This record gives sequence, structure tokens and C-alpha cells, in this order.
Amino acid sequence: MNWGSSAEFLAMGGYAFYVWGSYLAALACMTLEPLLLALRRKRALERLQAERTRHETAA
Amino acid sequence: MSEPSIGAAIAGVVRRDLLLAARRKSEPLFTLGFFVLVASLFPLSIGPEPELLRRIAPGVLWVAALLAAMLSLGRMFAADYDDGTLEQLALAPVPLMAATMGKVLAHWLVSGFPLVVVSPVLALQYGLPADVIAMLALSLLVGTPVLSLVGAIGAALTLGVRGGGVLVALLVLPLYVPALIFGAGAVDARLAGLSPAANLSLLGACLALAALFAPLATAAGIRISLE
Amino acid sequence: MSNGLINWFRYGSPQSFYPLAGRMVPWFAALAALSGAAGLWIAFFVAPTDAQQGEAYRIIFVHVPASWLSMFLYVIMAGWAGLGLALNTRLSAMMAHAIAPTGAMFAFLSLWSGALWGRPTWGTYWVWDARLTSELVLFFLYLGYMALNAAIDDPRRADRASAVLALVGVVNVPIIYFSVKWWNTLHQGASVSLTRAPSMATTMLTGMLVMAIAFWMYSIAVALARVRSIMLEREAHTDWARELKETA
Repeated sequence: MNWGSSAEFLAMGGYAFYVWGSYLAALACMTLEPLLLALRRKRALERLQAERTRHETAA
Repeated sequence: MSEPSIGAAIAGVVRRDLLLAARRKSEPLFTLGFFVLVASLFPLSIGPEPELLRRIAPGVLWVAALLAAMLSLGRMFAADYDDGTLEQLALAPVPLMAATMGKVLAHWLVSGFPLVVVSPVLALQYGLPADVIAMLALSLLVGTPVLSLVGAIGAALTLGVRGGGVLVALLVLPLYVPALIFGAGAVDARLAGLSPAANLSLLGACLALAALFAPLATAAGIRISLE
Repeated sequence: MSNGLINWFRYGSPQSFYPLAGRMVPWFAALAALSGAAGLWIAFFVAPTDAQQGEAYRIIFVHVPASWLSMFLYVIMAGWAGLGLALNTRLSAMMAHAIAPTGAMFAFLSLWSGALWGRPTWGTYWVWDARLTSELVLFFLYLGYMALNAAIDDPRRADRASAVLALVGVVNVPIIYFSVKWWNTLHQGASVSLTRAPSMATTMLTGMLVMAIAFWMYSIAVALARVRSIMLEREAHTDWARELKETA
């Protein structure tokens, strides 16, 4: 174990800003990307649904 | 009718493009004007201290030439694309790569070579000694064809696409990095009293590689844009 | 043998690849989560504190895997793009488009974490070392690819044009890296190299590898999910898309 307490863990030897700044950025990117992707999928399915209704009424 | 030889085809394309450029004398002047303007902006922003200007001159002059060359890329194929000449070239019995090389050569003669000729004047403004001025001109002589060759790829891929010059810039500037590093590096070396041989040979290698492979990618890009 | 060949090309159409990709996404997501957890464990609880850099060096477990992935994904993207050009398949081009944003994201992350590593270690947020500068150029290569694809209206023309650009880029990446390294060694006086980081203890290397695997699994999951969306967008007028059971 490297850390005496959770306070030590969070402090990262004084480098908290840099270490957590990097890891949180990674976490943010890898959460935002799938989220944006889910949004994109939703919009694509909506458009597909509209296309389907249009096709069915035309038929 | 016999097919023209590759050399004759290239010469034909070059001759035609030069004739067209001669009629529109403004174009090479725009490129030159931009080159001079940008080079003049730096002392205005940094200050006229001679020692500082001498130090930054190789990089600044190379970047100015690079930007001027890049801005002229839009004119390489656009006119022929718009009036259908490019399509004719693609359908002609001559390989498109040969026609492409002709157009790139003509473009360099009109937009790249003048930069080489004018560079000594700007170098004087920055207080560079004579041997460094010569090295600057030499590095641009070897480097500007690389810029034309590589830039042609970007120009071909973006024919008729909205976004214009900025898009070409985004595509082409990363690819310009090696030529910039070796070109400016050669001049820097001469300025520091070191041998520019290594930088110059690497720049020459860039030219050889570009001459071999860029026309292929450019011709492919033109065909894709014509579909 | 011919059966195997036919099977592969069956998945070459968007219609058959769409459900396959959908089944694969959760698996790769799970692998990403598992290896990510393992990597983070090593990064914070197994790897010891560094003598010179203190805890700041732990950024390496994000920075280096992100760099690796950004470069690896560009090559993969160019591979798919080249395949699409050679075989004239839509799906290959779509895979290339699906990979690009994730690659750009990792390039950005590499630059961001590199800056945050540089500040406590070397004193400045930006260090003009060969690796970071090349990474910056790579980031712009990604942006150029995505910009060209977005700027061309006709999807097939966009596919082919961006494919040529990706192939030109992949050939240039080693040249650019070499030239930047060259430039960096010449101007060595002012700059310091992040590559001369503390000599790699085995735990550090293992940690970086595990995190790299985590990022890789994540990338596959995201790319497969994205290509599904791309397919939905581009194949909206086809029968198979209309008959999908998914609702908005």
C-alpha cells in the first residue's frame, strides 16, 4: 500500500491538481464520448422512424 | 493519331498554364505581396532590434514563404475544374499523373520560384549576412517545390468543396512540417556557422519523395473530385 | 476454405455487420471496464512513488497509453480507409470514420496530460519535445481528416477523399516524427525530453500496458457503436434499416 490515509491519497504528495487533472480529464472524455454517441444514435433512430412512417404512408 | 510522349504532354500542360498565368499577371504578384507583407509584420510586432531579427529571420522568412505558397494552392486546379478542362485532362490519352506534374511545375514557376527570387531582399531587411542569404535562397529553391507538390494533394482533394482555403490549410500544414524544419534548419545552421549539409540533404530527400509519390496521390484526388 | 471466405465478405455489408457490431459492443465495454480497473489499481496502489518526481509521475499511466492509442488508432483508421479505397466497400470507409473521433480524443488527452505532467516536472505547461510536438501534429492530422469528411457533401466522394488523406497522413507520420526529433535534438539546450522519464520499473511498464489495453478495448467498443450510428444515418433509405426493430 502506498497511502497512509485517504487524505494522503487525494493529496497526491502535493501534486493533486496535476494528477487528478489528468485522470479526471480522461474520465470526462471517456464518459462524454459514449454519451454524445448515445445522443447521436437516438437522433439517427428518430430520423429513421420518420423515414419509416413516411414510407408506410406513401405505400 | 499517335499518343504524345509523357515529356511532350507535361511540356504542353506547362506551356498552357504559363500562358494563362501571363495573361493574369496579378496572381504571382498576390503571392509575392503576401510574402513581403507577412515578413514585414514580424519586426512590427517584435521590435526592430537587429540582433533579435537576425536570429528569427530564417524561421520567419521560411514561414512567410510557406504561408504564401499555401495560399496560392487554391488556384492550382480550381480554374480548370470549373471550366471542365480538368475533366478533359483526366480523359486524355496521357496519364493523369503526367498532366498533374505539369500543372504542379507550372504552379511552382508562377507562385513558388518568385519567392526564391525575392527572398534575398527580405533577408536584407532582417540584416542577414550574404552567405546566409544565399543559403536561404537555396533552401527555398529546394523547399518550395516540395510545398507545391505536397500542397497539390490538398488542392486536388478539396476541389469545389466549401471551406476553401482554411480547409486546405488544415490539411496541408501538418504535412509541411518536415520541409519547414529542414529548410529553416539549413539557414539556421549557416547563420550559426555550422554546416547546413545535413539539413539540405534531408530537404532534398523530402523533394525526391514528394516528386515520386505526391503526383500519384494528387491524380487520385483529382479523379475522386471529378466523380 | 471457400466457406470461410464467403463468410467474411458476408459481414462486408452494413446490413449484416450492424447486428454483429451491436452484439460485440457490450463485450468490449466490459473488457475495457475490467482492464481499466486493473490498470488504475496498479497505477495507484501497486506502483511505488518515484524518487525524483514524487506522485506527479502517476500521470504517465494516462499520458503514455493515450499517446500509444492515438498513434495506433491512426494506423488502423488509415488501414480501413485504404481497404475501402481498394475494395470500394462502404463499410470499410465507415469504420475509418468511426475511429477518427476517438483517435483525436486520445491525441487531445495525450497533450492535456502531457501539459499537466510538464508543469510540476519541468516547470512549464508546454514542452517542445519531439513526442509532444509530433502528438500535436497528429492531432491536426485527425482534425484534417474529420474536417475533409464533413466538408464534402457526397458521402462516397467524402469516403474516398478522406481515405487518400489518411493514407498520405500515415506515410507522413514517421517522416514528421523523424523531422521533429531531428529539430528537437538540434535545439536541445532549452528543451527537455519527456522520453527521458524515470527508468521504467516493471510495475510502471505493466501499469501502462494494462491501461493501454483498457483504452484499446474502449476504443473498439466506441468505434463499433459509432459505426452503427453512421450506418443508421447513411443507410436510412434502405429496406433493412427501415425494418429494424429498434425504436427511437
